[in-house]
Amino acid sequence: MTDALEIVLRLVLVLGAFLTLPLLVGQAEHKAMAHMQSRVGPMYAGGFHGWAQLVADGVKFAQKEDIVPAAADRTVFKLAPAVALIPYLLVLIAIPLAPDWVAQELDAGIFFVIAVMGVGVLGSLMAGWASANKFSLLGGLRSAAQLLAYELPFLLAAASVAMAAGTLSLSGIVAAWEPWWLIWQLPGAVVFFVAGLAELQRPPFDMPVADSEIIFGAYTEYTGLRFALFLLAEYAGIVVLSALTTVLFLGGWKGPFDDALWGAVGALWTLAKTFVLSFLVIWLRVSYPRLREDQLQRLAWQGLVPVALVQLALTGVVAVAT
Amino acid sequence: MNVPGAGLAKGLAVTLKTMSRRSVTQHYPDVQPELPPRSRGVIALLAENCTVCMLCARECPDWCIYIDSHKETIPAPPGGRERQRNVLDRFDIDFSLCMYCGICIEVCPFDALFWSPEFEYSELDIRDLTHGKERLGEWMHTVPAPPAHDEHGVRAKEVDAAFKAADGAGPGAVAREQT
Repeated sequence: MTDALEIVLRLVLVLGAFLTLPLLVGQAEHKAMAHMQSRVGPMYAGGFHGWAQLVADGVKFAQKEDIVPAAADRTVFKLAPAVALIPYLLVLIAIPLAPDWVAQELDAGIFFVIAVMGVGVLGSLMAGWASANKFSLLGGLRSAAQLLAYELPFLLAAASVAMAAGTLSLSGIVAAWEPWWLIWQLPGAVVFFVAGLAELQRPPFDMPVADSEIIFGAYTEYTGLRFALFLLAEYAGIVVLSALTTVLFLGGWKGPFDDALWGAVGALWTLAKTFVLSFLVIWLRVSYPRLREDQLQRLAWQGLVPVALVQLALTGVVAVAT
Repeated sequence: MNVPGAGLAKGLAVTLKTMSRRSVTQHYPDVQPELPPRSRGVIALLAENCTVCMLCARECPDWCIYIDSHKETIPAPPGGRERQRNVLDRFDIDFSLCMYCGICIEVCPFDALFWSPEFEYSELDIRDLTHGKERLGEWMHTVPAPPAHDEHGVRAKEVDAAFKAADGAGPGAVAREQT
């Protein structure tokens, strides 16, 4: 009985994090992006500096009519937002905040996480195919090409850190992590983060939703709540990517000070690192223009994949030598 | 020297620098804007000065000024004769047509029209943008005092003439005055 209660409690906590952290990141994006462009962003919703803007947006989305195009493949069309969103919820279950502060410890955590994150992109493929719209289809195909190109360096970079730690468990990787890995695994960390950005289709890798070319890519035909779910998936993706980079490459709950205070302080460290990385995601979006399709592919195959392979070799050599 | 990635770092620096500065947004409905002098917000009417000469209505490029008047006979003062005077009945400006060229204000020979910086007079119906002389008169109190003359500028001919008439000493006195 207590076991069941504990599982329910853990799942509720994960769900709570899943519903609040993306909104926090979204609000941070609203405000940070505005100030980076010398604007002020939302100012009215909720009274104080527009803190409730995303809540108001959610209410607005919920009120809108849910339209399915006549020629669309209805089932797939309606299923796509859920397919895009739920994988990130599942990934959150496996991410440790601190030692034992994890909803479900998995021995092959890194496998689970990367496999499930790959499913998220299927959502936009389904949306692109099912919308019966040529722009959606183009967006879906671009998503597919981007997924194929960036899944490989993403995986290789994660494999490097797993090799260094000698374990596939996320908690195990953080436990084995030492500060000098920051230098040792730096190329891998950069490749992982950049490839993750590309998988999330965040600017500057937002070819699949390039609004000046193909309206909104795979999401063109979506309205109301389903559209909101896609947006939520994007921000949940930012949280998940930042948290994963934190856990794999930045030492998760380990701070620069006393290790005896693991627990609540460790969780705070994880969250702080995650938010710093989320800010970096926003910052990159504001600073860089969108990559062209051929530039995207060249960056993946001629830039990230070789770097990831070299990192893998380096990790192997150092791991054997020490 | 060309460091690889220098451009990328520069891009990040620009956005971060902008974020650390104050934003340039004007918080208009909360904070009134500081308008420059001679702002053209709305045209105010000082009806007492209007003689119904119709110059403004005739010069208006898009004919947005509507004037009606009637003549009134002023009873003869002792030893005088009766005089007639124009009385303004209607002075409407249709601000849905007005293009804020200011020609009516320029041509008014009796200083009855003025620029006011007041700009908050939007309406929900375009027909309500035709404002009568009462409303135009209300805007008179928002008309700012004319800006002072540039002290280094050339004095108006009229002022020179007035000086000349005042000391009767000829142009030399004026020249002395100016230096």
